[in-house]
This record gives sequence, C-alpha cells and structure tokens, in this order.
Amino acid sequence: MTTTVGAYAPKPGAAPLPRMIAAQAVLETRMLLRNGEQLLLTVVIPTLLLVLFSTVDIVDTGAGEAVDFLAPGVLALAVMSTAFTGQAIATGFERRYGVLKRLASSPLPRWGLMTAKTASVLITEILQIALLTVIAFALGWSPHGNPLAVLLLLILGTAAFSGLGLLMAGTLKAEATLAAANLVFLLLLVGGGVIVPLDEFPSGAQDVLGLLPISALSDGLRDVLRHGAGMPWGDLGILAVWAALGLGAAGRFFRWE
Amino acid sequence: MRSEPVVQVQALVKRYGTKTAVDGLDLVAGAGVTAVLGPNGAGKTTTVETCGGYRKPDSGTVRVLGLDPVRQSAALRPRIGVMLQSGGVYSGARADEMLRHVAKLHAHPLDVDGLIERLGLGGCGRTAYRRLSGGQQQRLALAMAVVGRPELVFLDEPTAGLDPQARRATWDLLRDLRRDGVSVILTTHYMDEAEQLADDVAIVDAGRVIAQGTPEELCRGGAENTLRFTGRPGLDVGSLLKALPVDCTAAELTPGSYRVAGKVNPQLLATVTSWCAQHGVMPDRISVERHTLEDVFLELTGKELRS
Repeated sequence: MTTTVGAYAPKPGAAPLPRMIAAQAVLETRMLLRNGEQLLLTVVIPTLLLVLFSTVDIVDTGAGEAVDFLAPGVLALAVMSTAFTGQAIATGFERRYGVLKRLASSPLPRWGLMTAKTASVLITEILQIALLTVIAFALGWSPHGNPLAVLLLLILGTAAFSGLGLLMAGTLKAEATLAAANLVFLLLLVGGGVIVPLDEFPSGAQDVLGLLPISALSDGLRDVLRHGAGMPWGDLGILAVWAALGLGAAGRFFRWE
Repeated sequence: MRSEPVVQVQALVKRYGTKTAVDGLDLVAGAGVTAVLGPNGAGKTTTVETCGGYRKPDSGTVRVLGLDPVRQSAALRPRIGVMLQSGGVYSGARADEMLRHVAKLHAHPLDVDGLIERLGLGGCGRTAYRRLSGGQQQRLALAMAVVGRPELVFLDEPTAGLDPQARRATWDLLRDLRRDGVSVILTTHYMDEAEQLADDVAIVDAGRVIAQGTPEELCRGGAENTLRFTGRPGLDVGSLLKALPVDCTAAELTPGSYRVAGKVNPQLLATVTSWCAQHGVMPDRISVERHTLEDVFLELTGKELRS
C-alpha cells in the first residue's frame, strides 16, 4: 500500500488544554459506564438497598418514614462507590496495564489527567444522584434543608473519597486494590451509618465510627435532608480533614507505574 | 540523512536497586531510522524509556530533539510518539475509540480512518482491547504512536510477535514515515528488520553501545568473511595457505569442500583462483559469504544463551 508523499510529514502540536481534558473525561466516563462490575457497585447496589430497606422493615431506622432515613445514607454510599471504590479499582488497573504510563507521554499533562478523572467522577455522581433521587421520591421521600449545604457535603465527600481511592490505587497492586476497595466498601456500608443507624452500635464504637468519612457524609446529609439542619460544620470539618490527608498522601505517594 | 542529532545520550547510567540496567551508554542518533539491537536485558527498553521521559537518569545526560525529557517534558511530549512494549490502552476500550482519543490530544492528527485501514485495524470492530489478538494490540500501539504527526517516534519492539503480513505492513509504514521526514528510534531483536529499515544500527550489550554504524559498515568492519569453493578432494591446503596473506586460514571441511577465512577482498579472490589455476583445479561453486548483521551481532554479544 502506498500513500502520497508527505502524508506523514511531521506537524506536531498539543490540542488546546480544555479540549484534551474534556476528551479524557468523556473517555473515562464511557469506560466506567461500560464496565459491568462498576455499574453493579455504583448503580445496582445503592438502588437495591434503597428500595429493599425502604419497603421491607428489616432495620430499625427510628421514627418517621424509612426512606427519609435511608435516602441520605444511600446518596452517601453512591458518592463513596464512585469516588472511592470505583475510582480506586479503575485507576489501579489503568496503572497496571500501562494506561497511565502511555498517557504520561501524550500531550495531556498529569494534572490534566487528574482533572479529567475528577470530572468523570462528578458526571457519574450526577447520574447516580438523579436516579436515586427519582426512586426515593417514588418511595415517598420528603427532603428538607439547604441545597447549598448538601452540595458542599457532596463535594467534600467526593474529595475525601477520591484522595483515599487514588492513594490506594497508586500504591498497591491492582489485585490488592480490587480486594481492599471492595472490602472497605462493605465495611463502611455496614459501619458508616448508611443503612444501620450508628446508635445501634455500642457507644465506644460510635465515637470512632462517627469519625469515618462515610459516617460524616451520611450523618451530615441526614441532618440536613431529614431534619432541615443548617450547615453541618462538624461533619464538613471531618470530611475536610480526610480530604486534606487523602489527597495530600495520594499526591505524595502515588506511583504512576 | 545525517543532520542535527535527534537523540543524544551521554554516559547514561540507570540502576534498579543493585542491578545496573544501563552502564555508561553513549548514543547519538540522527534523522532517519536508528535501530537499537541487543539481547534481552541489554538495556534497550530502559534507554528508550529514559528518552521518553519515563525515567530519570542516575547519571549522564539525555537530550531528545535538544530537550531534557524530564525537565522539558511538556515541550517535548507533543513532538514525539511512543510505542511501549505492551499495554497502554484501557482494557474496555475499542481500538478505534482509543486511537480517536489519542488523535484528539493532538492539534493536527493524521486521518484516523486512513490509519485504521492501513494497519488493518478495521476488523477489530467493537471488540474490547483486552480481547484483541496480540498482533492487533501491537498495531494499535503503533498507530497511537504516529497519529499525532510527531517528529520522532520511539518504538519498543514494534514487530515482536507479528505475523508476516502485519510485519510487512509495519515496515511499509515505517518506510513512509522515514520518507516523509519522521525520525524513528526502534528497538528490535530481528536482524533483518534492522538491515531492511535502519540507516543506523547501534548494538547494545550489558548496558553499553558496543558497535554503531550503518548496516553495511557493521557487516564489513572487523568481522571475518569467508570464501568457499569445491574442487577435487585432497588438495594441498598447506600450499594454498602459503599463498595466502598471513592472517588467513584455509581448511578442507568435507572431502572436496574448502573454506578460506580472512579479510575477503578482490586480491584474496585473485590469489585463490590463481593458486587453483597453477594446480589445475577448477574451483566449482566458488562463493564469497558476506557477513550478515546476525553474524556480527553474535560475534559481538556471544552465542551463549542469556539468563
């Protein structure tokens, strides 16, 4: 096969940064939505938990409608499933299969790649929250409170879980990340106030569990959405500390290959 | 095609723990195609990856297109294309999807459809990367390295494990790249690949360049060539040896089959044929064997298997 002379003549150049980042974010989101295991984690499990525990009386969720207790917890779970578990597993395997290495020699700078990953996490969360909100309304959910406080909680929660997820993905082997991320997901699902109220645990354990990022996020969301509380500064503070620690450690210890 | 060097490596040292992968390597590559040949573990991949900015030298300097690949990476990356030995693609991505994505990261990419057709990637369809054949994965990695219209491409064993058709398609593409002024640094185990494609060959062993030159220079220089002929059995080899220059050897390998080894040049050929004439010998099937790059390579790096 022949081609015209000059067809391959060098004409190098990076695409404009916003275009590169947008393209990367779209690709990352597509990869995530195409992955069956990821969808199980980010969509199927939160949806099932919301529907099951709202309609069947398994756990004592206190006074009032069960969905009013569960919806904020499941929203927190959705954030954790995408920002922490999903991102850790996907990034761990990208590192393992040389994707991060290959992209490192492309014109896209590393911070551009991380920005795109964050954008992809946010896009996925918006889709999750939209879906879960519709289902919760169908189950009779009546949320209260300040939308700004909710947004702030979601953003700080995403930052905290992203830092921890990337720390895991950038330091452990891909298989270890897969196992650990799923285990942590399960433990925090049970012990983080998502479907089981923290006051079901012994009081000593409550104090410790209350400091977990998932507990801070689910507790903060519940205070606002269920009880119409103002800014949940305590929970925001806990999430901010986790975010600073997680992102700081990830930035320091992340290994690209 | 010699001009400003595209790659300049000076006294490069790179260690992994206690193992020294690259041990004072010097390499200057000009425009055109430069093949880096060497046994497994010689330091080829480490050298190429250092040029690509993946690794910081422990000592020595590396300049690619005049830039420091680590400190001036942002300026360098858009100008080079890199094909890694394996991987580099999302396991769930389709071939055309990934190639289009890499194209989007560049300002003036090649026509993606044309490249897909040329490298026979059209048959990949909607198959995810992890289910593509090894050859398809290799060709996709090659396409990703060239799609951004780089000035210089680094290819780490681009044809390893390819079938003959795919290998030929790869060679044709590399020839077109060279024709259009793209410089290529490729590592390979295949001698014929280096002989066919390279303007310049660097032979690397134990972390150093032990020989460099055009394929012709390497095959001519130093290495002993041989001259063979057949005649009546039992010729007086001692008499032939006396007629030859001192550094030559002559032997009857099997009855009637003779070999002269040494610096084979027109004088030597004339000496042998005139000796034959004096002795009434018709030297049938006289032949001069030029050394192939493979002979040179094995002579320089040894014939034992490497661990």
